[in-house]
Amino acid sequence: MKITIASGKGGTGKTTVSSNLTSYLASLGKKVVLADLDVEEPNSALFLNAELVNSKVSNKMIPKWDATDCTLCGKCEEVCNFNAILHLPEEIRVFPELCHSCYACSELCPTNSLPMTPSPIGIINEYRNELFSMVEGRLDLGQEMSIPLIAQTIEYVDEKFPDYMKIYDAPPGTSCPVIESSRYSDFVILITEATPFGLNDLTLAVETMKVLNQKVGVIINRYGIGDDGVERYCQDENIPIITKIKNDKEVAKLYSNGELIYNKIEHFKDSLDDIIAFIGGLK
Amino acid sequence: MKIVFTTKGKTWESPIDARFGRAEMFLIYDEESDTLEAIDNSATESMEHGVGGVSSKRMINAGANVVITGNGAGEKALKILKTTGIAFFTGAGEMSVKEAYEAYKANKLQKQF
Repeated sequence: MKITIASGKGGTGKTTVSSNLTSYLASLGKKVVLADLDVEEPNSALFLNAELVNSKVSNKMIPKWDATDCTLCGKCEEVCNFNAILHLPEEIRVFPELCHSCYACSELCPTNSLPMTPSPIGIINEYRNELFSMVEGRLDLGQEMSIPLIAQTIEYVDEKFPDYMKIYDAPPGTSCPVIESSRYSDFVILITEATPFGLNDLTLAVETMKVLNQKVGVIINRYGIGDDGVERYCQDENIPIITKIKNDKEVAKLYSNGELIYNKIEHFKDSLDDIIAFIGGLK
Repeated sequence: MKIVFTTKGKTWESPIDARFGRAEMFLIYDEESDTLEAIDNSATESMEHGVGGVSSKRMINAGANVVITGNGAGEKALKILKTTGIAFFTGAGEMSVKEAYEAYKANKLQKQF
């Protein structure tokens, strides 16, 4: 089973829940692996006291101009939807950071003057602690395109841990990186807080998942603050509320110290039990 | 000399558009023939990425020697235009085309490259 933990709003507790949930499941004897897909700022490893066991450079394919046979016909620029190729009077200029690796320019070039070549965009790190494994994608500084790295991180986890349960810690928001982190999952858990901000971004996330035909459930974090807008919305939309995690300064303190929470705070562990029971019921 | 202004209009009285990549219009002044020609660049407004390249190409195709603008060329435009010999002058963002031309002639604009 693959579960994505996402949210519209940032800072609602995706990493807190996914790292604690994975650790707790592993402590119960479950074969589970955590994938940190927030490749622009991966931080799950900070909480897991884990050792780096493997690293792999992640590449994306980009066209590289070979002037030898090029007639400067400009077909490449014409077919590029992303302005990544510029047909100048005396040369073809490629902007790797804009390239979506669609191969159109390379395939349609009459003289094969734009062969696709690998170009590094980041790194995939695999960690291991005494309980379980964790894999993260980490985008290089200055890279604009996170999708290929997210896809490759998911692929790495699939290959290395074929019969494991997978927890994906998604980036915040509702754009392409979130979609890439959610589209292959069996279920998406959206974490929110019961504030007007939380509700606004939750609504956007739910709409996004509807487009993907993804089933969703909601966790309300920092329960006790805000209003009942999120609960009413979930009721109206028929979205299950999986658990409500109590607003508790002690949780925040442990998080700030980079510590796991479930083994120190009972009500947090109870919430994880709610999540596990819910996931168990999904089959 | 062909001097290109980034503008929001087609006349000497039009205001300069401070942006280069997403400039509404390029107004080309040919000093030899003393004529003005406008190129519409408004399509860049709705492009998400890569406008620096698109607009730079328009400068090359127009045969520009000098570009007068407000904020200056961005990273991608810089990469392309630095090697072409086109000179960039900035700081005309609040001026009309006429004022910008006079300021350029009086050496009052900053040269970006």
